Amino acid sequence: MENPAHVERQVLPVDIACVGFGPATGGFLSTLSRALADGDPAFESRAVPGMPLQVVCYERADDISFGVSGVATRAHGIRESFPDLDPAQIPMAHPVGHEKLVYLLDPLGTSRRSATLRGLDRTLRALRRILPLHDEALELPWIPGFMRKENGLLLSLGQFNAWVGAQLMGSGQVQVWPGMPVSEPLLEEGGVAGVRLVDQGLDAAGKPESGYMPGMDIRAALTVIGDGPVGAVGQRLDEHFGLPEGNLQRDWAVGMKMVVDLPEACVLPAGTVLHTIGYPEPEIFGFLYVYPNNTASLGIFLPSWLHSPVRASYRYLQHWMQHPYVWQHLDGGTMRSWGAKTLQESGRRGEPHLVGDGYARIGEGSGSTNVLTGSGVDEAWTTGTLLAEGVLELLAQKRPFTRENLEAAYVQRRRQSWVEKEGRVAEHARDGFQLGFVRGLLGMGLAGLTRGRLHLGGRPRRAREHVPTLAEYYRGRIPAAEIESIRETCASSGTPLHEALMERAGWPPVRYDGKLLVSHQDALLLGGKVQAPPGYANHVIFLDPSLCEGCQQRLCVGVCSGQAITPGDGCGVPQFDREKCVHCGACLWSCTQAREGDPERGNIAFRAGAGGLHSAEN
Amino acid sequence: MSQGFHLVVCGSIVPDPLQTLEPIQGAEGPALKNEMMLPAVLDPWAGHALYEAAHLAAATPDSKVWLVSLGPRAKLQQLMMTIAPKAAFELVALDGPAGGFTEAWETAEALAECIKTIPGLDRSRLLLFGGCASASRDAGVTMQMVGERLEISDQFLAVDELTPQENGTIRILERIEAGRYQVSECAGPPLVAAWATGRLPEPPNNAQLGMQNMRSIMPALQKAQPARVGAEGVEFLEVEVPKQRRNTRVVEDASVDEMAREIVEWIRK
Repeated sequence: MENPAHVERQVLPVDIACVGFGPATGGFLSTLSRALADGDPAFESRAVPGMPLQVVCYERADDISFGVSGVATRAHGIRESFPDLDPAQIPMAHPVGHEKLVYLLDPLGTSRRSATLRGLDRTLRALRRILPLHDEALELPWIPGFMRKENGLLLSLGQFNAWVGAQLMGSGQVQVWPGMPVSEPLLEEGGVAGVRLVDQGLDAAGKPESGYMPGMDIRAALTVIGDGPVGAVGQRLDEHFGLPEGNLQRDWAVGMKMVVDLPEACVLPAGTVLHTIGYPEPEIFGFLYVYPNNTASLGIFLPSWLHSPVRASYRYLQHWMQHPYVWQHLDGGTMRSWGAKTLQESGRRGEPHLVGDGYARIGEGSGSTNVLTGSGVDEAWTTGTLLAEGVLELLAQKRPFTRENLEAAYVQRRRQSWVEKEGRVAEHARDGFQLGFVRGLLGMGLAGLTRGRLHLGGRPRRAREHVPTLAEYYRGRIPAAEIESIRETCASSGTPLHEALMERAGWPPVRYDGKLLVSHQDALLLGGKVQAPPGYANHVIFLDPSLCEGCQQRLCVGVCSGQAITPGDGCGVPQFDREKCVHCGACLWSCTQAREGDPERGNIAFRAGAGGLHSAEN
Repeated sequence: MSQGFHLVVCGSIVPDPLQTLEPIQGAEGPALKNEMMLPAVLDPWAGHALYEAAHLAAATPDSKVWLVSLGPRAKLQQLMMTIAPKAAFELVALDGPAGGFTEAWETAEALAECIKTIPGLDRSRLLLFGGCASASRDAGVTMQMVGERLEISDQFLAVDELTPQENGTIRILERIEAGRYQVSECAGPPLVAAWATGRLPEPPNNAQLGMQNMRSIMPALQKAQPARVGAEGVEFLEVEVPKQRRNTRVVEDASVDEMAREIVEWIRK
């Protein structure tokens, strides 16, 4: 069998190759395809002379509708692209109605709260007669303008992507290919000459089997990278070209969510937006968006700057749902769908090189997410439309896609856009969370109210610089010897360590109801419908086994959204089960072991892989 | 063999069974909620037929595969993006409803009339493939009726293997009752093979093949003729999709033996 490194590959020439189909690529292709359909001027393909411009997009997931996000967006950019947008045409879409920002107190006394926060909780409870405090929650009387989504839209990202994709494919101007992961960019002469699709017919270790088919090289004059925060192509470019001076990608979050059929008795009208802070841990934000037909999208965000080595997102999601303020709306509901994804929360500060010879970057992986307004989809969409405008300009002028030309046509547009202006305001807005939850909130408020002129806090730290070991974290609550004993028990029984420690620390067991409160694995199967087609190599790789063997935190195991990473035999290298992976990528940024020669990266490689979530409703 | 086969595969969309499927009463009868937005996949039986046809064509010089697909044009286009990279074929599209609420004989009529008009199709070399239970609410009658309309008398339903022989005959392995196979040998084309599962795995995605196919697929979709199929005169009194049954109980401290015993009892029921 041939060695994949030296095998001869088929080559497919196209004009523009896009990587990843999400809102950014949706915006790019929508703008581009309209101009191409207009036909004035007509652009002939250089890759295939005599044919119209050949524009292809390769999406990793099995369908373009398998993206994950419950979205509350002001939809500025989306509405610019679709001025007559009727939300009724998109399943699960609805105009934003009533918005609430809610501080959740700790009804169990188990949340990890600072003395300041405990004092705040005591004060609030003491003032319950004069404050709008009920169900262990305080509905804040005012939502800062920068957080509001009034006149905006609630969307299911999966359904929105499907709606956009149907229009694109109906135009016949571009081709969107799902189920085709891209493994890497073709790096040539200081630029990008296209992309390579993943090899098929491999075993888990990446060795060719009988049906081996080398991934094809797609050569393109322009490669558009919109593969999200943990996409393989974006990662490779960052490794190869580095980040611009001063930029950092150290802030992340894993968002875990469900789509739920609300109980019939639920009184929340469609369009309701609830954002919560304070519980189950102070730093964990929650959301609940009510769609039409008594369904809702809800979930939590678990940030990288959580100063805790316990990262059991699913368990935290269940405790958040059972908070009295939230549970009053959910009790009796049924899970329809479940999913998780990584959010790149460095925003503008994490911006990579946006262009180079033959490539341009758009969307979340290009640093477009706004962490102050809590918005990413509209920003990503807009970066795509801006690139399309630039590309059309270059095509009309018959100018090549060089770094200089793309700087002038795309980057300059982006610098003058609202995405950039608001991104600059948000750039340091969350730095205060490095110092604690309360200072983090103050910092956000300060940055928002002063348009970014003032903020609190310092530089974001790497995971290994601030995440304590379990023994350090539980010091004074659980003896170190008992932690080791629990670790051994969990290893022998194959049960999650972090959940066992949470229960030992006082979190009550979750009583499954088989509908909404279900086991983690049931959420994968019933909600995420997780799939792993055969013939692909493992995409999560533990690079240096010795680093894993010496790791105390093992955040990769605890944070894994699908329980796909388990401790492994004898506390050595963790084991990866591709059939459970939802491709959220949380393991990538949670690793506390620095990669040799690259302190910004951990010991886990997160490569391109097929399958994952298979639900169209997330 | 002096001449290759002309392989016509009838195959269309079904909703992705992993999604939430909710029957509703639409303006024109039963439908699935948000059906046009649900991801669609190639009917699995027809998928086996297509992959077997492509494999046979690749192994038999001078052969060609047509995929005759009846479905909503927009959904067919979506489907093509997932199957075009897997097998070489020429699409012949019919724009009409596809799903569980059309009558098999109407579908068969539309497919047969369409096949009769395929330019260059030599019906003496025709191997007509399809899924054994496709487009029939599992009744398994559609391919038989298409074959009858094309006057093909050699029909094999629930085929798992089809092997051309050196002497020009074709050997067919066909499922029959009681988990047994029937082995048949027929003189050659034309014949109808309604496939069960076949023997081939789903082919890998080949981007180049996908692009090549798309060059003929897009014009075919644009030329798709409307097909008047439905369920005229049929009244659906009640519609429901198969439901996963799930009863969750929380039982603490159960031994492995107890769990195994309970699972066995549950299976026996």
